Amino acid sequence: MNVLFPRTRAELFQTLAEPGARVLAGGTDLLVRLRSGRETAAALVSLDKIPELRGISETGGEGLGRGLRLGATTTHTELLAHPLVRARLPMLAQALSELGSPPIRNMGTLGGNTCTASPAGDTLPPLMALGAEVELASARPHGAGTRRLPLAEFITGPGRTALAPGEVLAAVHVPLPGAGWMQHFEKVGRRNALAVAVVSLAALLRTERGGTVAEARLAWGSVGPTVWRCPEAEAVLVGRRLSLTALGEAAAVVRAHVKPMDDVRASADYRRTVAGNLLLRLVAL
Amino acid sequence: MRLSFILNGHQVVLETAPDRRAIDLLREDVTHEDLLGFDLVCHDHRALEVKEGCGTGECGACSILVDGVHRLACLMLAAQLEGREVVTAAGLGTQADPHPLQRAFAEHGAVQCGYCTPGMVVAAAALLEQNPAPTRAEIRQGLSGNLCRCTGYVKIVDAVQAVAKDFAGEDSAEEPGAPCAENEGERP
Ligand SMILES: Cc1cc2nc3c(=O)[nH]c(=O)nc-3n(C[C@H](O)[C@H](O)[C@H](O)COP(=O)(O)OP(=O)(O)OC[C@H]3O[C@@H](n4cnc5c(N)ncnc54)[C@H](O)[C@@H]3O)c2cc1C
Ligand code: FES
Ligand code: FES
Repeated sequence: MNVLFPRTRAELFQTLAEPGARVLAGGTDLLVRLRSGRETAAALVSLDKIPELRGISETGGEGLGRGLRLGATTTHTELLAHPLVRARLPMLAQALSELGSPPIRNMGTLGGNTCTASPAGDTLPPLMALGAEVELASARPHGAGTRRLPLAEFITGPGRTALAPGEVLAAVHVPLPGAGWMQHFEKVGRRNALAVAVVSLAALLRTERGGTVAEARLAWGSVGPTVWRCPEAEAVLVGRRLSLTALGEAAAVVRAHVKPMDDVRASADYRRTVAGNLLLRLVAL
Repeated sequence: MRLSFILNGHQVVLETAPDRRAIDLLREDVTHEDLLGFDLVCHDHRALEVKEGCGTGECGACSILVDGVHRLACLMLAAQLEGREVVTAAGLGTQADPHPLQRAFAEHGAVQCGYCTPGMVVAAAALLEQNPAPTRAEIRQGLSGNLCRCTGYVKIVDAVQAVAKDFAGEDSAEEPGAPCAENEGERP
């Protein structure tokens, strides 16, 4: 299996066009799967040498909402070190700080986490709650080879995305929530480090004067084939303060709607209970 | 492919398959023979201190520094080492001239079977590079990708903390731990 290191976009799409070529970012998912024989590749195309896919820049301003463009090959460690990610996207920072272990965060990338599209992918619930969009790049001429999709449409199933053949994820665009938005992320795993999420919750809430919830965006990881949203529970919270009563009602709605799976890490019942209970933590916000 | 990189200060050039795992390359391939006058001299730079525990990124036994960054040799391919500078535990210090962390591990009884030790020392070196005066909690967090089946971690954290104190003068935050006080038997 050859490993190729294209240096420009043109070279990238040329190498990717070869039959059986697969994108290699940090390799923390792909190399494990290739070695176990669950996946195969004729050639690996590393994104390491393409600078425009890496790094963080500010977007928007002047009327447009401010946001961040997170380059696909930016590592989890690099994201965590960025002052705007820490200050303005604390729910994402929290998820990143609990992802894997230090060396996994040094190697693994945001693009890899997104394209792996695991139900337990730790960056996905926060990105989904934040309303992130993906920027996809391809050699095709339409729209100069770039298209944008909401993350929720990009991830089409467990391990499945809307990436077309020969297309790469170039960046994830995240709007920066303005003043008045509160952010929360919590992951429950079997241990603290190196633990795949059993259940996780990302919550983004805007409150008005007096602490009434004006908008609530809730996203759970590991309770379904992809990140799970629960508009019914969000509706319970809107117009109310984050009291234990309101949160308890929302938790009951979550337990009624969620359809989690049994697996080696936890039973469906346990996941159902925890998915609801994680909401109760919001009382401390 | 022809691969060239620096291993513990030595320039290495060898022929390899690009998809050979870095861990296999480092452990098995880094030897070459030179004809010096009439003598065939074998240079053996094989990095047997890079251990394979799991081969899937979970245990940290294969920890190495690549351009100063803590990475896992079991999840890298030979081609990804091209032009890079690799440091293993043997590059941090030798038996004759150990790194302060290596000395501290020995002095604090942080080594039992020793299988995790080269990876632990590399992880600890990377941590102290980033954060020269970590708290015990930060040390445990920094080493959380490295598993040890023997020590229960307390002595490993003690060793790292002792070195951090030496680096930082005496302003590193806490007392060396009474084991029971912080539930140290638990894995990180
Ligand atoms: C020990 C261990 C612990 C882990 N713990 C966690 C955890 O706690 N939480 C978690 O969420 N994940 C975890 N992971 C999974 C993994 O580390 C992350 O998902 C990581 O973000 C993957 O990124 P990568 O760059 O290594 O991806 P790669 O392995 O390089 O790629 C993954 C997949 O995405 C594709 N791909 C990557 N980048 C692009 C791109 N830009 N465009 C198109 N396709 C692309 C690849 O072709 C491949 O199919 C863990 C993995 C290991 C080995
Ligand atoms: S052998 Fe590489 S992490 Fe276990
Ligand atoms: S000393 Fe034996 S595994 Fe750590």
